[in-house]
Amino acid sequence: MKSTARRQSYGVKGAPYAHPSPTTTLKRARSAPYFFLLPATVLFALFFALPIGYALWLSLHKVKVSGLGLGSGARKEVWAGLENYTDALSDSELLHGTLRVLGYGCIVVPVMLGLALLFALMLDSEKVRLAPFTRLAIFLPYAIPGVVAALLWGFLYLPDVSPFYFVLDRLGLPQPDLLDGGPLYLALSNIAVWGGTGFNMIVIYTSLQAIPAEVYEAAKLDGATPLQIALRIKIPMVAPSLVLTFFFSIIATLQVFNEPTTLKPLTNSVSTTWSPLMKVHRDAFGEGDIYGAAAQAVIIAFATLLLSFGFLRAANRRQKQEAAR
Amino acid sequence: MSSLAVSQAEPVAGAAPGTDQSRPPLRRRIALIPTATLLLGAIYCLLPVAWVVIAATKSGRELFSTFTFLPGTGFVENVQDLSAYRDGVYWEWMGNSALYAVLGALLSTCVSAVSGYALAIYRFRGRETIFNVLLAGVLMPPVILAIPQYLLLAKTDLTDSYLSVLLPQILFPYGVYLARIYAAAAVPADVVEAGRMDGASEWRIFTRIALPMMIPGMVTVFLFQFVAIWNNFLLPYIMLSDDEKFPITLGLFTLLEQGANTPALYTLVITGAFLAVLPLVALFLVIQRFWSLDLLSGAVKS
Repeated sequence: MKSTARRQSYGVKGAPYAHPSPTTTLKRARSAPYFFLLPATVLFALFFALPIGYALWLSLHKVKVSGLGLGSGARKEVWAGLENYTDALSDSELLHGTLRVLGYGCIVVPVMLGLALLFALMLDSEKVRLAPFTRLAIFLPYAIPGVVAALLWGFLYLPDVSPFYFVLDRLGLPQPDLLDGGPLYLALSNIAVWGGTGFNMIVIYTSLQAIPAEVYEAAKLDGATPLQIALRIKIPMVAPSLVLTFFFSIIATLQVFNEPTTLKPLTNSVSTTWSPLMKVHRDAFGEGDIYGAAAQAVIIAFATLLLSFGFLRAANRRQKQEAAR
Repeated sequence: MSSLAVSQAEPVAGAAPGTDQSRPPLRRRIALIPTATLLLGAIYCLLPVAWVVIAATKSGRELFSTFTFLPGTGFVENVQDLSAYRDGVYWEWMGNSALYAVLGALLSTCVSAVSGYALAIYRFRGRETIFNVLLAGVLMPPVILAIPQYLLLAKTDLTDSYLSVLLPQILFPYGVYLARIYAAAAVPADVVEAGRMDGASEWRIFTRIALPMMIPGMVTVFLFQFVAIWNNFLLPYIMLSDDEKFPITLGLFTLLEQGANTPALYTLVITGAFLAVLPLVALFLVIQRFWSLDLLSGAVKS
């Protein structure tokens, strides 16, 4: 028995099963994955499942105040049914916040992913110079916290300290207020585009690098220009990573919170309810209405899931159609 | 041979094909349009960083009076002022951020590694269900989790503590996902089998054999989570009220809130922002060569 001899010579110190029978080995191998997954499962239960369940519970309840609301028994949590949900859905502030964020998303997502794709294709083109430097420079904003990014750009938008206003002033051009009205959307979008382009560029670029060179050779022999190769071969081949970056960008955009919150001290145009999540936060902590806030939170989560999965399904169907052709 | 000929005859953007000479002009040897586009992108991305580096050197008066990109003379003074602000609370914020990010990312990497390994190596009932449920966590908007997390932690008197910021960030669904992909690629099944034949326990096989093979991928997970925790604003914003426990993002935000209406505090905010960016940028420059971004593309492909 060669294996027994080996087992003895490699015997594990202190292990209770220095000579395991095949069946015990199998049993151990069967239960081991559950032990390995125990920390993740416990953390998931405590910090994901339980809070989500609690938010659902809260969203279906309200506080009923009896009498003058004094004493410990005066405030009672009672069943509210769908009342919080109907309130949230007819809340004009929430609707306006949603529309603002949709408008903001319509700028951020196409511009950011367009730039990311453009830069990735440029990095991937032949004979390009300074590629390592520019790649690192464009990726750098990923390392900068959203709050700090908003703060930096916030100062660059302030007429007193901004180089843009300095240049406009010298040229005698009009100086728009970047932190108000329509330009505010551009100002906020710019922060998101600045912070997110590099990461998406790297994702697209790495999948471009994975395309084998032979794929282009036939096209090159046929005299295709780099532009044609980019449009007809490269972009279709990185479509899966474009879908993925699109998916994550939509989710991130709908959840925008940090940047408008950081710009708020610098301008009066960003209200405490500028984005839906800011409104949820205000209602929960500013107004103390955790029940209404929970219902809004559930609606936003549900809408996000619906939108992102709807997009993924549509993208998959398109890909299947393309493949079938 | 054919590939060599092709790459020499490859036409560059903006040039008509089929006119190549034996010595191509400079325009042909450097792709002008891609290089210029990338340089513009790099300038756009570096502009705010360059601005904060220079603005941090200006004294309060110079900030408003001299040209933006002209370095000032007040850097040392600014750092001294910042360090003196509320008995050096700024450096406490930095220390707190380092604590949250290092400890959090370390724990997070351990949980990701052990979970990813289990999901990649074993075949067991419920494997895909557990994986999908863990991954669904990525889609949950953070505010939606953070508010009930706060309310639940408040019931156990854990809010406004270091743990309230640390604990919710340990499980990192994306890290589990990356660890699973990496373990599946880096740990061969017969190595695990050989370990079993030798009588090693499953745990020992994981720690002694599989984990060393997974190190490069785990470095990536650690770095992702380090950046994510260092940059997190929302969770500490909701959980903490005692500013001695604030991480740097939240500290800077409160400084900005106070400083927005008092331009005298602008220099403090700007110097604070500059110093807050430094550690991450330095880390970034050092580790970018170790950061296996291939993992990202692998993640995208599957």
